[in-house]
Amino acid sequence: MRTKRLRMVMSAMLVGALAAGCSGGGQEETPQETGPVELTFWTWAPNMDKIAAVWNAAHPDIKVTVSKQAGGDEAAAKFLTAAKAGNAPDLVQAEYQMLPSFVAAEAVADIKGEVAGVRDQFSDGIWNLVTLGTDGVYGLPQDSGPMMFYYRTDLFTKYGIAVPKTWDEYAAAARTVHAKDKTVYLGGFSSKDPGWFAGLSQQAGAKWWSITGEAWKVGINDDATKKVADFWGGLAKDGVVDTQAPWTPEWNAALNGGKIMSWASAVWAPGVLSSNAPDGKGKWAIAPLPQWSAGENYSGFWGGSSIAIAEGSKHKKAAAQFASWLNTDAKALDLLIKEAAIYPAAKSGQNLMTTAPEYFANQADFWQQATNIAGTARGFTFGPNVNVAYSAYKDAFDKALQNKSSFTDALGAMHDATVADMKKSGSPLASL
Amino acid sequence: MTTKGVRRPLGLAPTAVLLLGALYCLLPVCWVLAASTKTRGELFTTNAFAPGTGLFSNIADLSAYRDGIFWQWMANTALYAGVGALLSTAVSVLAGYALAKFRFFGRNMIFNVLIGGILVPAVVLAVPQYLLLAKAGLANTYWAVLLPSILHPYSIYLARIYASAAIPDALLEAGRIDGAGEHRLLRVVAVPLMLPGMVTIFLFQFVAIWNNFLLPFIMLADDERFPLTVGLYTLLATGANQPALYNLVITGALLSIIPLIALFLTMQRYWRTDLSGGSVKS
Repeated sequence: MRTKRLRMVMSAMLVGALAAGCSGGGQEETPQETGPVELTFWTWAPNMDKIAAVWNAAHPDIKVTVSKQAGGDEAAAKFLTAAKAGNAPDLVQAEYQMLPSFVAAEAVADIKGEVAGVRDQFSDGIWNLVTLGTDGVYGLPQDSGPMMFYYRTDLFTKYGIAVPKTWDEYAAAARTVHAKDKTVYLGGFSSKDPGWFAGLSQQAGAKWWSITGEAWKVGINDDATKKVADFWGGLAKDGVVDTQAPWTPEWNAALNGGKIMSWASAVWAPGVLSSNAPDGKGKWAIAPLPQWSAGENYSGFWGGSSIAIAEGSKHKKAAAQFASWLNTDAKALDLLIKEAAIYPAAKSGQNLMTTAPEYFANQADFWQQATNIAGTARGFTFGPNVNVAYSAYKDAFDKALQNKSSFTDALGAMHDATVADMKKSGSPLASL
Repeated sequence: MTTKGVRRPLGLAPTAVLLLGALYCLLPVCWVLAASTKTRGELFTTNAFAPGTGLFSNIADLSAYRDGIFWQWMANTALYAGVGALLSTAVSVLAGYALAKFRFFGRNMIFNVLIGGILVPAVVLAVPQYLLLAKAGLANTYWAVLLPSILHPYSIYLARIYASAAIPDALLEAGRIDGAGEHRLLRVVAVPLMLPGMVTIFLFQFVAIWNNFLLPFIMLADDERFPLTVGLYTLLATGANQPALYNLVITGALLSIIPLIALFLTMQRYWRTDLSGGSVKS
């Protein structure tokens, strides 16, 4: 997809120019506490301005101004650039995988003291994404993307297969389906969605990065991830899973036309399905992801974001107040669900989701199921150069698909590229 | 081109190549035209070049999106491109004229530096420019986009080439002998002669600023000041949990090229005139 390439090029350029060296602006001015505190907030969630208006009406002393930004990798690059120049907004929406790069650049503040009161609103798996496994807290979770298994009920009946409980059953079902009809696939492997692969690796128990003391440890080619890569590599080699690039018109058509029968995706998939596969309405259902061994019950995260507070902000306390309200207050969560259409990270917010999405009208307990699955999702700590690892994923697995070569080698290449970049940028690495 | 006495060969191959080129350029435009008429549901399900039924509902949706912010972006873009191109043309013409017609110390060095500047793509400069303007407290203002657009080495280069070709030295000399000052010469002789070149430079810069993405993307934080390119991009990159608003983006893209087409159609008549033709004997 063109925009994806554009994004990659742009983020690479922005980050490159930053690395080339530029001195940060100072923050010497003393705050002038006259009148209400003014906070700026960069976000890409829709209708956030309306939600901020509700806050502003109730809090005349803290005025939040929302500036809607484009989402994605370059949003992170833009924030880092602004932070370098001393121009960062007070509050910023940060995807979980981007948060460590913000922390490494000292662009976001540790707000442990300000948000201690809301800790128990979030599950351990999600909280770990904003602490990076350290003592600090670098943001408040806003939305999360626990992964689950979306499937076409009518087609599963037609081809006589049951919802796979384990990945072995999934592989068997994939072979059965493709043997019956060469044009139909049970599901797909995406070399374009590193976040998807990260989520599946989380489910398998992978730990791509971890912090020991002051040093990073990289484990992208750990046993759990190798297992995931080998699994998909085998299916792709036999041609029994779809390997075309997702998010293209062709992929949309395949999804819409029932040529792809299931999708291991995240909780935000209903929005994608209803817009990209309108004909499937009422035919899809959800189930937990297939497991690696029978009896287990795990999931991973694909996507989701947090609200972080800039290190350069002059009103960290007020900003933390707003961030806490936005992500834990019952009224705010209700607005986030209705206006911004997000799946809130807070437990109490997840309980507010009661009416199944229109697209899933056939599955009345959609949100109960989703909440149960969300409870089983385990994340891992992201490293400071996720963008590099993700680009390496796309390069390596694209090549592996093209040359029909080993996925294990592709994973090794991704690992090596990530480690090499961390060495180059001077991140402290633990001896491996 | 001279046709006298020479029989032109039948240019079948060149015509074919040009037709192919035209097709290559026009096909995407046709696609945008067709796609902008499609509703969300029709966009990916119907034939790529078949017209849909939703053009007016798309325009209405786009106008209604966040209380019509699209038209604010359109006005911003017109401001950036219009004012930016005017200022840039003025600076380029002055600089180009001076470089072409005056001999002064360092002239060649300045010109060589400018030539070097042409080789540096504007996107590479965007981040350093941002850091500079942020220091000056001008980031996230209209000036942040206008100022970097004003100095454009390639336009100065064009202006110099055009000035040396279009303004005969003899004409300036005659003016000086008649007692005209340098300012008057510039106003009465140089600028009118350079008008076709100025139109070219203006159009170049106008289109470049109109389509510029990275500079405003980095410079501007406040979405009320976004130009169309950056604004439409926020519709496209809506985060993982929202489907991209493809039909609005495509309709917006179509609407955003209409002013450019109109500008080209109205300005192109200035292009072919050659004012100095016959003014002096050479």
